[in-house]
Amino acid sequence: MNENKRHLIENLMADYSAAIDSKDLERWPELFTEDGRYRVTNSEDYNQGYQHGAIWANSRGMLRDRISALREANVYEEQRYRHVSDAARLITEDEQNGTITVSSNFIVVRTMHTGDTQLFASGMYIDRIKFQDDSALFAERIVVCDSQKIDTLLAIPL
Amino acid sequence: MTEIIAKSSGVHWPSDKVTTIPYSVYTDEAQYHLEHEKIFKGATWNYLCLAAELPDPGSYFVSQIGETPIIVTRDLDGELNAFVNRCSHRGSLLCLKKSGKAENLTCVYHAWSFNLKGDLDGVAFQRGVKRQGGMPEHFCKGDHNLRKLRVTEFSGLVFGSFSDDAPEIEEYLGSEISSRIRRVLKKPLRIIGHNTQILNNNWKLYFENAKDSYHASILHTFFTTFEINRLNQQGGIIVDSSGGHHVSYSMIDPSLSNEVYGNQNIRSAKDEYRLADWSLLESIDEYGDGVTLQILTVFPGLVLQQIHNAIAVRQIVPTSVDTTELVWTYIGFEDDDDAMIERRLKQANLVGPAGFISMEDGAVGNFVQRGIAGTDEDVSVVMMGGESAESQPFRATETSVRGFWKKYRSLMEGIVPNA
Ligand code: FES
Ligand SMILES: [Fe+2]
Repeated sequence: MNENKRHLIENLMADYSAAIDSKDLERWPELFTEDGRYRVTNSEDYNQGYQHGAIWANSRGMLRDRISALREANVYEEQRYRHVSDAARLITEDEQNGTITVSSNFIVVRTMHTGDTQLFASGMYIDRIKFQDDSALFAERIVVCDSQKIDTLLAIPL
Repeated sequence: MTEIIAKSSGVHWPSDKVTTIPYSVYTDEAQYHLEHEKIFKGATWNYLCLAAELPDPGSYFVSQIGETPIIVTRDLDGELNAFVNRCSHRGSLLCLKKSGKAENLTCVYHAWSFNLKGDLDGVAFQRGVKRQGGMPEHFCKGDHNLRKLRVTEFSGLVFGSFSDDAPEIEEYLGSEISSRIRRVLKKPLRIIGHNTQILNNNWKLYFENAKDSYHASILHTFFTTFEINRLNQQGGIIVDSSGGHHVSYSMIDPSLSNEVYGNQNIRSAKDEYRLADWSLLESIDEYGDGVTLQILTVFPGLVLQQIHNAIAVRQIVPTSVDTTELVWTYIGFEDDDDAMIERRLKQANLVGPAGFISMEDGAVGNFVQRGIAGTDEDVSVVMMGGESAESQPFRATETSVRGFWKKYRSLMEGIVPNA
């Protein structure tokens, strides 16, 4: 992974957290490729090869629908996330189709409108990254939560 | 308020009906304690797990009935067993892993070991060390087996009972509920995933929610917001004679073709609320009966759900008087092809802790729990669709919620209420 690509990946990761944490949720699907995949799973299921995701998408359209549902349809108490993640570690680089697979650790703290703050999720991102026009996009992001338990509901994506 | 005619622990029922429910039933510690005796350890069948979680002789799986920890095993003869996950020596938790395979179960504390039928096999240093210590001569291992439960399997669902008074499972379920379970779980299952939703409310609030068809199109607005019109939807509620189990279903006219089933989600003419990717809702009529939704409950803690091609079982596990865990297992069938699996994975977005049409259910019980904090005197009202708990050919009703209370009060008070 050359310095330029590392730099683009760092920007993508930062954009991702900022989009969600600042509630600029419409920006979130745009960080994925047109046929981008996204899945929220847990380490037990992931290690046993189960394909299910609490959120499961295989198109940018499905990600946009997630956000419009959150905006227009779903009922949940006002809440916000704070992402903290570390640097991406290279797993594989596929020279042929120009994708890089990286992983990083994350924690997400959730604060409710009541002021109650809790550690909502921790885990690992496993990302396949594509490069287009001097920017990086997620071809796939798998969110592998350490715990299979989700408190109350998962409205905003992790 | 009318005369207090029944009282169990700190809970005062205003009448012998099931139309007014005292809020204290969700907050009273003594009531919660009594539920363990009368309901979870009473004449009921408690859902434990899918038989598919125990594929081979030697498989074990950890579950719960009320707060009591349970182990389910498939023994070396291939038979299912269930017993309390508690060593008969000093009470340590015996099995510390969620699931796995073993030839016997050995306690980490003093190494008593048990076979997969729950019988005590070995006591460390039973004869002492160098002829010192050891168990008395009259100590008999057969007197110290694990606390065994009755266990039964129905359509791949494993149930356990502490009570000899629970009738055989088909009789417990009744014929209508039995046939609606068989309908969904019609062939060998394949598990496609799990997660657990923490509910910050009493277990009954979730069970009632699953039985409450009144709220469905009101609280969950995904289908209406995106103007996903559903053609010819008819439906109804079936409540079994005990009241405890129910089925809520909706269906399109079964004479319409499979193509109509798949395309029933007429797209909105308005551009502002349109799904960007309609493939989420491309479903097929895999049961050939036009039923697009079937929610089924088995008292006291199982929900079996089919929404289009999203199939899941939910186990309701109380963890304290005001907290509950909802254990989701998402399933398909062994003979699903790749397209069918993908369809199920996509439609699973509708359900679960992040489900488009179910996430609210994880929060609404907590809204009630917070709303009733500090209240001992008031009651809720359950009168939509009448005062009884019979089957009804429409869904704007609370009949199955009344059914729950009919069964609940029958077990708790020993008298069938007026419903
Ligand atoms: S508590 Fe299990 S062997 Fe002593
Ligand atoms: Fe609901």
